[in-house]
Amino acid sequence: MSGHSSYVPKTGFERWLDARLPIVRLMHDSAVSYPVPRNLNYFWTFGGILMFMLVAQIVTGIILAMHYTAHSTMAFNSVEHIMRDVNYGWLLRYLHANGASMFFVAVYVHMFRGLYYGSYKAPREVLWILGVVILLLMMATAFMGYVLPWGQMSFWGATVITSLFSALPIVGETIVTFLWGGFSVDNPTLNRFFSLHYLLPFMIFGVVILHVWALHHVGQNNPTGVEVKNVQKDTVPFTPYATVKDVFAMVCFIGLFSYFVFYQPNFLGHADNYIPANPAVTPAHIVPEWYFLPFYAILRAIPDKLGGVIAMGAAIVVLAFLPWLDSSKVRSMSYRPIARQFFWAFVVVCIGLGYLGAMPAEGGYVIASQIFTALYFGYFVALFVIGLFERPKPLPSSIADSVLGALQGGSGARMAAATAAEPNAKG
Amino acid sequence: MITLSVRSAAFGLMLAAMPLTAQAAGERVIPPELSWSFSGPFGKFDRAQLQRGYKVYKEVCASCHSASLLKFRNLSQPGGPEFSAGQVTALAATYQVKDGPNDAGEMFERPGRAADAFPSPFPNEQAARAANGGAYPPDMSVLAKARTYERGFPRFVFDIFTQYQEQGPDYIAALLTGYKDPPPEGVTLLPGQYYNTYMPGHLIAMPNVLNDGQVEYPKGPDGQAPVPETAAQYAKDVTAFLVWSAEPHLEARKRIGLQVMIFLLIFGGLLYYTKKKVWARMPDGSPLHP
Repeated sequence: MSGHSSYVPKTGFERWLDARLPIVRLMHDSAVSYPVPRNLNYFWTFGGILMFMLVAQIVTGIILAMHYTAHSTMAFNSVEHIMRDVNYGWLLRYLHANGASMFFVAVYVHMFRGLYYGSYKAPREVLWILGVVILLLMMATAFMGYVLPWGQMSFWGATVITSLFSALPIVGETIVTFLWGGFSVDNPTLNRFFSLHYLLPFMIFGVVILHVWALHHVGQNNPTGVEVKNVQKDTVPFTPYATVKDVFAMVCFIGLFSYFVFYQPNFLGHADNYIPANPAVTPAHIVPEWYFLPFYAILRAIPDKLGGVIAMGAAIVVLAFLPWLDSSKVRSMSYRPIARQFFWAFVVVCIGLGYLGAMPAEGGYVIASQIFTALYFGYFVALFVIGLFERPKPLPSSIADSVLGALQGGSGARMAAATAAEPNAKG
Repeated sequence: MITLSVRSAAFGLMLAAMPLTAQAAGERVIPPELSWSFSGPFGKFDRAQLQRGYKVYKEVCASCHSASLLKFRNLSQPGGPEFSAGQVTALAATYQVKDGPNDAGEMFERPGRAADAFPSPFPNEQAARAANGGAYPPDMSVLAKARTYERGFPRFVFDIFTQYQEQGPDYIAALLTGYKDPPPEGVTLLPGQYYNTYMPGHLIAMPNVLNDGQVEYPKGPDGQAPVPETAAQYAKDVTAFLVWSAEPHLEARKRIGLQVMIFLLIFGGLLYYTKKKVWARMPDGSPLHP
């Protein structure tokens, strides 16, 4: 949060450095004294979890790249070399492969939290849009990473998804040739995907820095959606409060992550990807990874190829416009009785789309996908309409008030002082 | 134009392949769930079973199937069949391996070493197809992880908690003993085709290769093999061997997993109480929660 810095350099060296490059001050202000709303629940720990996952993916990925060979005739065997002969290679690879899934678990929880508590609303629009950019980069990175083992699902997934670009008028065919580096998915495709798979995480890291910068400028939202009015009463310092809570949540999340890595390492993958890529044999069932299934369902719901591609793209891009589509001034769904029901319906719709994405595109499944696609986009229309007539429940006067409401009888004087302390209020 | 049709075909596949799958799935018979020593969070391989499985692989499967990712040395590494290093060296030496070129620029044959990969029965895929009526016997190195069947909802959700993940071995063991000769009425087999209950579509190019008494198992002190020398037992043993071959560090994975879980439980518990203490009061000492 912008404002006065509480950093006091203690040693001579710190004072010397602070006058030249105030990097310790920056770290102190953003990770120690940074004020955090006191009423944050555990859904607010997923930002830290995502930061951990990004670093974990980069670290395991860099080591895997030391042992991996990006060539169509050697990639599959080099991955097996990692699994068999590299010291703890099996662990690194399972961490990296399941880490991608866990990254998406965390990012979807993080996004639904933002949707429920209205974290996309002013003044957090740019923060939210940067998040959508990160999601897009993550999807591209995950897709290209899945191609690298060069199994059957790698090859055919790459073929199907890159072919989507051919639906674009005029430039489509050129784009596909450019992506492939030839006239089919082949060694040049694998090479450029490996290069980009190595590059994009660092681009994600860059956008994450902007995302965190924007967050620290506007301050965190909170479950009431009421802005911080009195830093003393409404917030606690990041360290030790948020630090210890984030680390505890991280350890719980690592428990889930470890469960899959050590006990079910192939549960989230496809058996077909243990068959080396073969352009002459199409797998009976081409399915993307689970985290793409809702979007895959939207793609297939539209009978027209170009229409499907546009709908799939729009399903993500529409999120960027959400700050202006939601017409309500109230952030938190906790105080929006009608919108809250639509939110939970939206969660069900997203899970339903995920299920439909894994089902065959025929008969009732197609019709269901079409209905669910309409409902998906309908949510954004609904948010606009509901905001026009919904009567929100009364908001607490401050964060402290919402937490200490039950204490009001005993410490009324302090509460009164809190509400009177308006001069400290920020925007 | 060619590229255009390839792309259209690729996109068409995405939409068209799934109904085909549904039909194929309708013809699938779900293999029975067998009990495996390596299943569950504390699972370990049965050394004797892996050694028997290797014998079945060597004497039966290896005449058509390669396992090119396996090295002889793997047979003595911890967590596998754990033959002794001497046994492995002697075993490898029974094979002739092509090496070279030598100083004269010529390829030559030499006895195998522990570091050599399992030799493949055919020099290339074409030779394998030519010798097997056009069918290609797949490499067996990771076969147990490359085969599965759809669990369907809600079973796949329960599988997360039961840790059931033996679709591959269950399928392979069932397939190896799933032949029907003669085939059911109304099924016509072409030359080189066989009827198997568990093969998707039921038509398979591999004949029934496991017969009772075919592989001699090592005898116990009483002069009897500790397990029956039957096709069903051969199928189970060789399947266990294939699971190890596909996942040679399975035991280490589950063992380390337990250590990680215990650590996380203790560390998480300490963090929980630390967090509770920190979050009890505001920095000024007033209560944080009502």
